[in-house]
Amino acid sequence: MELVQMQKSLQDYTKSLFLDGVLDSQFLQLQQLQDESNPDFVSQVVTLFFQDSDRILNDLSLSLDQQVVDFKKVDPHVHQLKGSSSSIGAQRVKNACVVFRNFCEQQNVEGCHRCLQQVKKEYYLVKNRLETLFKLEQQIVASGGMIPAMELGF
Amino acid sequence: MALGDLSSSSSSTSELHVLAVDDSIVDRKVIERLLRISACKVTTVESGTRALQYLGLDGDKGSSGLKDLKVNLIVTDYSMPGLTGYELLKKIKESSAFREIPVVIMSSENIQPRIEQCMTEGAEDFLLKPVKLADVKRLKELIMRGGEAEQEKTSNLISPKRILQNNIFFFIIFFIITITIIFIV
Repeated sequence: MELVQMQKSLQDYTKSLFLDGVLDSQFLQLQQLQDESNPDFVSQVVTLFFQDSDRILNDLSLSLDQQVVDFKKVDPHVHQLKGSSSSIGAQRVKNACVVFRNFCEQQNVEGCHRCLQQVKKEYYLVKNRLETLFKLEQQIVASGGMIPAMELGF
Repeated sequence: MALGDLSSSSSSTSELHVLAVDDSIVDRKVIERLLRISACKVTTVESGTRALQYLGLDGDKGSSGLKDLKVNLIVTDYSMPGLTGYELLKKIKESSAFREIPVVIMSSENIQPRIEQCMTEGAEDFLLKPVKLADVKRLKELIMRGGEAEQEKTSNLISPKRILQNNIFFFIIFFIITITIIFIV
């Protein structure tokens, strides 16, 4: 594929993530922090997010599977995931965490189980999309091209 | 003018050394980059306890702490396991050695009583997460201006520049009087 085509694909793909609400402006903030001295900043932060989230989701599954659910353990995990997803701009994950916390407050086990499923769904979605995005970027860089700066006017 | 002087002086006086405290590894990475890109030196720690250890405030008698550089600003998350950001703020403000260091609290939750509680305890500012570059830039200006105000306060009392300015004034008056006397004579 031609370089210009690849760059256009990347821009369109990125735009679609914002239009779908998968990412919000905080992701743009992260991109602004990336430069020649820190060319992999965004992928580094996102990788940390994936590792951290995998751990949290695992802990959440274990906590909710207990005979007696300890909401004092569940809520801090959800709070953590809400925080880190917000920090990278994973809007839908963050929103799902907000709903999750409400059910925690109500100590609604059934509701929490449903929320966990929803959070996992949104998380795997954003993970998948971001991994695709990074692959597209890598292809461009490998072809000797530059990653086009994200236009904010859309 | 004075800010220009500050940045043209040696890096040790113009670069802030910030201690960033956050239990989230993602947030530590982001705040570190936000601060570095704003020309600050950064040390990150993962808890309030580690922050106190770093400063040498952990009650370990005789420990001078692990810091190699003077800390000019502390930025801390509010909700952390163990010592919360608020408790860390209190400990710092209770310490004679560190109470002058500005402390900024970060939180993802916009809870008014919480904000008031922190500001009352002496927090410099309260940032809502997710923290943006504009927040850090504004914060840095606030802290630098605060340092400038400190400098100007003392310089108004005793500054070579001021003394020279005052002296020049007197010399001019003396000169005018001398000329007048000569003229009269």
